[in-house]
Amino acid sequence: MLKKLTSGPYMVWSLLFIIVPIVLVGTFSFVEDGSFSFANYSRFLEPIYLKVLGRSVKIAIEATIVCLFIGYPLALILAKMKSKYRTIAVMLLVVPMWMNFLLRTYAWLTILNKNGVLNHILGLFGVEPMSFLYTEGAVLVVMVYNFLPFMVLPIYTVLTKMDKSLVEAAEDLGANKGQVFYKITLPLSLSGVLSGISMVFMPAVSTFVISNLLYGGQYMLIGNLIEQQFLTVNNWQFGSAISILLMIMILISMAVMNKLGDDGIEQGGGNLW
Amino acid sequence: MVSKWIKRLYTSCIFIFLYAPIVVLIAFSFNDAKTTAKWEGFTLKWYQSLFQNDYIMKSLYYTVVIAILAAVLSTIIGTFAAFGIHYMKHWRQKFVLNINAIPILNPDLVTGVSLMTLFVWLNMSLGFFTMLIAHMTFCIPYVVLSVLPKLKQMPTDVLEAAMDLGATPWDAFRKVIIPEITPGIISGALIAFTLSIDDFVISFFTTGNGVSNLSIAIYSMAKRGIKPEINALSTLMFITILILLLIINKRTSNFEEL
Repeated sequence: MLKKLTSGPYMVWSLLFIIVPIVLVGTFSFVEDGSFSFANYSRFLEPIYLKVLGRSVKIAIEATIVCLFIGYPLALILAKMKSKYRTIAVMLLVVPMWMNFLLRTYAWLTILNKNGVLNHILGLFGVEPMSFLYTEGAVLVVMVYNFLPFMVLPIYTVLTKMDKSLVEAAEDLGANKGQVFYKITLPLSLSGVLSGISMVFMPAVSTFVISNLLYGGQYMLIGNLIEQQFLTVNNWQFGSAISILLMIMILISMAVMNKLGDDGIEQGGGNLW
Repeated sequence: MVSKWIKRLYTSCIFIFLYAPIVVLIAFSFNDAKTTAKWEGFTLKWYQSLFQNDYIMKSLYYTVVIAILAAVLSTIIGTFAAFGIHYMKHWRQKFVLNINAIPILNPDLVTGVSLMTLFVWLNMSLGFFTMLIAHMTFCIPYVVLSVLPKLKQMPTDVLEAAMDLGATPWDAFRKVIIPEITPGIISGALIAFTLSIDDFVISFFTTGNGVSNLSIAIYSMAKRGIKPEINALSTLMFITILILLLIINKRTSNFEEL
């Protein structure tokens, strides 16, 4: 009796505030002029909106790749550090994440601004001041800045749990450093890489804050489009349709990542034997 | 030997990349100029105007009040929920946990707009109360997920044993179950508190009527350009976080020594 009652409030809560909102948004997305229609979805297929989708996916993939290529070596270095330095280094990596996300993004405004720090430093070398803000590069740099720890930490965790004797065994059997990396370390850290990829890609593809602050209103990512439909244009039906599409896109990519992760672990285990 | 230096250089470069913006923010919070280009001398005036800025002070107040309320309420609801979920039949438990995962997996933006849609549909006026509900909605799942493993680690049948020995269900829950799962409850509450304090996207869509938290205040100020008061605010927040982390670190290392 008690067991059933205790979860009751949360069951009601999750019905009301988790399920109903999504059902509501789903319903809204199929309504046009008061009747059922696919108009909001077909509108998304117009070239301007497809371009927004393409741009969001492209910049999110770019950010993920940059994070992976910068983050993996760092995770590897951290995992191999002496434990005394390692605690400090990991802590140094985590501290910026504790700072408010908006402040971290805002900090880059100060640096990339036309009268900003970067231009001032470049000025010392005689470079003419230029505007770094309002470029795709600025958005990408700030995405990498904000999401890099999300890539490093899962890879680092997997690497520290890895059985070191496997590396030693491979070395004893004559594998060189490259072979050890490709045959042992990389396959065994795959699950960390995959969770890092989804942890960077997800926020990167749905952000509207970074693009809004660093590029202003003209630059549209899918997040900006949703925000605009709900808050400025007031076309909630169209906004709902895009939200549902974004949600489906994210859930599918998560499912793919999970699947890859499972297969990867089996394969990694298989390769060892 | 060479590779050791390359590694050090690489690590240093990344840490410079991670800390340069923070250092710049802190340095310019003491700069006696409106723009951030040049150093014009040391001043504390931005700190003074920060504390005189009603908008920021009110936002700080709302941030803290909502974070405390959201953490406490989510922890209570989430702990009870986890207890109920733990004793559910397998397929039901799986179903409930899948629903519980939705706010965690869904992009913040979608959670935010869908909650806003609900509140507007229900004719609730957006403000303090709706923001609190929204925060609880994304905090409870984390509480459930941090309490549940502790319930699983508990020896089975302790509840029945306590009740066989004459404890009322409530006594059994309070005196047997709660002490076992306290670490999970504490970490759940801490996660809820930090998530709530840091949230921007969901709050942005679910608040109104002049109620805003710090993130929203920073966003709306930053959109209008660079304000040295925000630098002062960042400095204070960074120092607070640093002190908190050092205390936590010290306490955990003391525990390890015990």
